[in-house]
Amino acid sequence: MPVLEGKELRIVGFLCNWCSYGGADAAGVGRAVQPTDLRIIRVPCSGRVDPIFIVKALLNGADGVLVSGCHPRDCHYSAGNFYARRRLEVLKQFLPVLGIDEARFEYTWVGASEAQLWQHVVTTFTNRVHALGKAPRFDAVEPLLKIADMALTALRPLGTGKNAALPKLKEAIKAKLPELECVIGWQQGYDEARTVPLFARTPQDVDKFVWGPFNVNNPAVYLPTFRGKKVGIVVKGCDARSVVELLQENLISREDVILFAMPCEGTLDMARIGEKLGRYTTVDAVVCDEASITITADGKEHRFCMADFAQGKCYGCATPLAALSDVSFGAPVDVKPVSATPPELALLDSLSLPERMSFWRGQMGKCLRCYACRNACPMCVCRDYCVSDSRDPHWMSQLADEREKLFFQTVHAFHLAGRCTGCGECQRACPVGIPILALRQQIGRVIEQLFESYKAGTDPAAAPPLLTYMPQEKNIHERGWK
Amino acid sequence: MNAIRFLPSDGLPALLSCLVKTGRRILAPVEKPAVKSSVVFEPWSEGKPLTLQKATVPAKEAVLPQCETLLSYRQTKNADTAALNLDDTPNAQPTVVFGARPCDACGYAVLDRPFLQGPFVDPYYRARREQLVVFTTTCGSGCATCFCHWLGGGPSSPEGSDVLMTEIEGGLVLQSVTDKGAELLNSMPPAAKLADGAPVFRQAEEARKKAWASLLPAPDIKSARQAIAGIFSDANFWQEQTDRCLSCGACTYFCPTCYCFNITDEGDGYEGGQGGRRLRSWDNCMSSQFTREASGHNPRTDKALRMRNRVSHKYSFYPENWGAASCSGCGRCVCNCPVYLDIRAIVLAAIKHAGDK
Repeated sequence: MPVLEGKELRIVGFLCNWCSYGGADAAGVGRAVQPTDLRIIRVPCSGRVDPIFIVKALLNGADGVLVSGCHPRDCHYSAGNFYARRRLEVLKQFLPVLGIDEARFEYTWVGASEAQLWQHVVTTFTNRVHALGKAPRFDAVEPLLKIADMALTALRPLGTGKNAALPKLKEAIKAKLPELECVIGWQQGYDEARTVPLFARTPQDVDKFVWGPFNVNNPAVYLPTFRGKKVGIVVKGCDARSVVELLQENLISREDVILFAMPCEGTLDMARIGEKLGRYTTVDAVVCDEASITITADGKEHRFCMADFAQGKCYGCATPLAALSDVSFGAPVDVKPVSATPPELALLDSLSLPERMSFWRGQMGKCLRCYACRNACPMCVCRDYCVSDSRDPHWMSQLADEREKLFFQTVHAFHLAGRCTGCGECQRACPVGIPILALRQQIGRVIEQLFESYKAGTDPAAAPPLLTYMPQEKNIHERGWK
Repeated sequence: MNAIRFLPSDGLPALLSCLVKTGRRILAPVEKPAVKSSVVFEPWSEGKPLTLQKATVPAKEAVLPQCETLLSYRQTKNADTAALNLDDTPNAQPTVVFGARPCDACGYAVLDRPFLQGPFVDPYYRARREQLVVFTTTCGSGCATCFCHWLGGGPSSPEGSDVLMTEIEGGLVLQSVTDKGAELLNSMPPAAKLADGAPVFRQAEEARKKAWASLLPAPDIKSARQAIAGIFSDANFWQEQTDRCLSCGACTYFCPTCYCFNITDEGDGYEGGQGGRRLRSWDNCMSSQFTREASGHNPRTDKALRMRNRVSHKYSFYPENWGAASCSGCGRCVCNCPVYLDIRAIVLAAIKHAGDK
């Protein structure tokens, strides 16, 4: 048994080959006294360190993780650490939403000749982790189930879109249909209270289009599968943001897509509607007036005011009409954006770090790994090559434990960093109601704060913030090691 | 042997604790509060609240867990000897599934055929199945996504159950439908609060009749097997039916009758580095990896082909092999699908399409 068992903590260090590894080596050669807790993994560049390496280490029992690379403007590969800086800063501010103390993770820059600086960094960080003690183990916390308060106020009056110019829209679609592979929109599903995506190929199909608060699905998810073919798509304001983000990333071509838009008056939160109707009921009738929907299920009438039962994202929506469109009916609605914390994120904000970990343990206990969240996401474009299913590399254990499931959610959230438009399809698709959107929202909030109110999917010409860098970052400040 | 008992409404915890005292694990539906709440089966212990609602996730877990260890190995080294220990004992314990629905219970009957009645018996499945007793709550009514009666089941169908429980005024009527169920009911001590159910059995029968009457008329799908087999190569049909499919696994993982699995070997990694395990976990035919071969070739690259396999398996291949559909009509694949892809609609369209040809 090692002498230091129980005294040492497990700290993982990712050190760039060209600078920090050299610095650590120099410190060793120079006999600089250092704590022994750090286990070093040599990487070619700090830019090689995917944030999911760090999350994996922290979820699997590391008490601390340190990333160290070349000083900015001194990268062996010119810009690797510029990219790393953005990613690692986002990660640092993301960790607390999982219930992990951000002080357990640090990134820094140490040159190959800076043996003394290395000694200082490793000592300071190790002392910091020791002051925090052993990290709480995710599989040892008690599950905690808490419900977000969904009572929200919308930035604009929400309605049912009853008077939308649907007949005009159908005419316009029919006129364009001959030049298109198909037009994606919505039609009625297995009952009047459910709509499903429709792929219209004939004028008869176009007649099936519906418009209203049941149009919850985001049709943009299908666009990349039609790459190279010209298709039409009917969009709400939020769906159009996904289309714009796909354009930003060159995942679709502008000339291959025709956007048909109408101002959206809000969509219903089918999760909350389902709670009222009951899980297994039969909808007899749906009647809609301008501000509410009345659903009769199993002979019982339920009235749902749009103002009370809209999807979380609709309350803060400032773009009811698509900002980008080719054919649009209805006037843009003037809404002043106000920054507000979404309800699930507000709930997490109100919890302590241990409570957050318990919260996720409780939530992930329900997950069956069906990956509806991933497949419903319009920005999830790895499709058949997701790390969650890969055996080589074998990134995720097949064990059905909550830790692996939460790890997948952080992978998903991180792959969406700076790309997620907050459409909420991941959470809506979850059959067991895990509030996973909150993880994406936390990253979105960090991105907004760090990169001058950047919002994904608003400008087709903008580069997503984690795909670019500035040599001198405005809001990411070097941390001193004094 | 037949046992009919009456359990007053407040007697549930008493009955469950007596069942626990028989040394069995009780899996009972528990409501998980959330903005979108869900009902899942969990081990019950004294004082834990339970619900008799139809669960979001069926209790397939009792016989075929999401993930199980088929075998684990560990290498031990001394100064002069090295040994490798293998452990392939099935992870099984006596279990009662309490509060399944007839469609969930029918799922066990569907799983039994390939796992127990085929040329190879699965020892892991058998170890769990033989020790399983299923208490099923009969349904009070159908709903928009239920279609058990299309497939020969129904709100009080006994297939796969050991005890049927029907809610009547003031409590539950428990009726054994197998010897296993009867033995267990007869062995219950007075503390289980079970009274003779014969005097109130008529009320249970009436409740069941009422449930049957509430169902929407079922279309005739007897020709589904031939119809689906007949349009196997009609790519356009399958393409149109699956346009909106997202290729996720919600339909398969929430299904009480899906049994495809994957096997993965995993080392212990840093936990010791001297051992590992072979895992069996649910697999999902909607995923492209399901058929990706070691060479990289994939015979089912398209979601339409994958859905064709799913529907064909349930309504054509399995019936051909076993004489019944591998679908219990629980409707979970419909109501849990993010795009409400409706297998009923595909089956009906296939029958119509085959007829039109």
